[in-house]
Amino acid sequence: MGQQVFAYIIHKDGVADDTALELIAAAGKLDTDASVTAVIAGAGSELDSVCNEVASFFDEVWKIDNPALAYVTAEVLRPLLVRILPKHGIVLVPHDHFGMDLAPGLSIKINAAYLPDVVDFEGIDNGKLKAVREEYTGQVSTHVLSDISQGAVITVRPGSFKADERKSGDGLVIDKTAQAIESGLLVGAHRFLEIIEAQVGEVDITKSDILVSVGRGIEDQDNMEMIFELAEAMAGDVSCSRPIVDAKWLEKSRQVGTSGQTVKPKVYMALGISGAFQHVGGLKGSPFVIAINKNPRAPIFQVADVGIVGDILDFIPELTERINELKSA
Amino acid sequence: MEILVCVKRVPDPSENEIEVNKDGTDIEGDDLVYSVNEWDNYAVEEAIRIRDKVGGSVTVVSVGDEEAEEVVRREMAMGADKGILLSDDAFEGSDGKGIASILTAQVKKENYDLILTGALADDGAAQVGGMLAAMLDWPFASLVNFIEILDDKKIKVGREIAGGNQEMYEMDLPCVLSIQTGINEPRYVSIRGIRKVASLEIPVHTAGDLGISPESVGEAGANTKCLDYFVPELGDGARILEGSTDEIIDNLIELLKAKGGIK
Repeated sequence: MGQQVFAYIIHKDGVADDTALELIAAAGKLDTDASVTAVIAGAGSELDSVCNEVASFFDEVWKIDNPALAYVTAEVLRPLLVRILPKHGIVLVPHDHFGMDLAPGLSIKINAAYLPDVVDFEGIDNGKLKAVREEYTGQVSTHVLSDISQGAVITVRPGSFKADERKSGDGLVIDKTAQAIESGLLVGAHRFLEIIEAQVGEVDITKSDILVSVGRGIEDQDNMEMIFELAEAMAGDVSCSRPIVDAKWLEKSRQVGTSGQTVKPKVYMALGISGAFQHVGGLKGSPFVIAINKNPRAPIFQVADVGIVGDILDFIPELTERINELKSA
Repeated sequence: MEILVCVKRVPDPSENEIEVNKDGTDIEGDDLVYSVNEWDNYAVEEAIRIRDKVGGSVTVVSVGDEEAEEVVRREMAMGADKGILLSDDAFEGSDGKGIASILTAQVKKENYDLILTGALADDGAAQVGGMLAAMLDWPFASLVNFIEILDDKKIKVGREIAGGNQEMYEMDLPCVLSIQTGINEPRYVSIRGIRKVASLEIPVHTAGDLGISPESVGEAGANTKCLDYFVPELGDGARILEGSTDEIIDNLIELLKAKGGIK
């Protein structure tokens, strides 16, 4: 096919994000013959250390180096990418909070196809790419066909491609700063102020061995008590999925997921949690996962070791009672 | 402040188990319960709160068929001042870019200071807000979980990023923001509230009204087409415990003991 493939590299504190090597794997699945160029924006020595880190994995590394990019924002970066990307290129971006900010607008500005949140590629035929996406928070999958002959911006779901750790590139770093910033940086309408760090809650769920985690299936705030009772019986801590925090039934520091905490317990009880990838993304260290959900099609059953199809409101009080009986026996 | 909120009618995830139809061409449509996209509800609530604080009006817009009118009306019952339906046979089958260009045409007819969308909807694409901003050449922020109006020219915005952290920005108006759930607590809409807006007229704008050439949107203009729906062949998945509740709990307790879940 011969279209050039670019991978946008997210980094922090001079270290490339896990998605960097996942994007190489994604590019390989997209087109085995493609030459893959990493594109990295940043400032100074931190940027250089990221470039050096990833150079041996990519055919080429393009860097954009400017003090104003010490903290990269999508609005500042987008016009720079528009200047350096060749016509009809294919750009891979992680589907995370940065990619969601950058990518849809980038596809418009370079007049390319847009494919969001892709989990797999199934080949290119005659300029048309067949890709796999999920809809309805993972309850169903869909094949989509997109004409990428005029270029494409594709966001790739983190964790869907296994990192390709073969060092196959030749480490060439090309400085694209002059071309990217030829007429200055656009910072006028959108000014980054600061990062407000997550507040530490009363319980640090990242240190818990046993998590009793609750989701939408709890239905009512009045039912939350049974979750705490089960957690107490199991000598574990209570965590939750996003809807519980949105409803203000638990503090944000108890939320498991990409926008919450990354936890690594030994046992994880997912109670009434559907298992959207944003939630499962916060679950590390291969815990033993027990899922209880009314919906037999809930994606959580694909990551759980053991599942129970049923109503948590029926199961939890009985389970708590049985555990307490056992302990007092 | 003139605020436009873009909303979508979707199958309600809390009311439906989504299944693929017999031919795999679509999801099973019978008996689906529809509602407004959850994220959009937060966007409308936020718009209403801003209007109540600084004045102006809130307009809710949806691209869809006549059934989309019900969700526009529901959001008007929440407190939006106006509703608009963008509807035309030519819009059917639009991809994200198609929807964004239809909305762009509407925005260009009026003077809005702020456009809100939900961060994402049923297809999880999270694309329309960012595309709309790019088409309008307006600044954009996604996953917004905080808005403060500083004056009639600029706002302060918080974005939800990884690890529960928040990125803070100052942005000039007009701009487009995609709203994350949890930014507020959307108000409840009563039957009485819906009745109150039942007779309000919701104007319908067609491709012709918007100056959109039919072949540029809808299925004809879509670059991305959905081929089929399927339930993926997955690995082993969970071992499903079966039997009576007692049997299941016996089984579960043994497993918990073995795995250190009961000490």
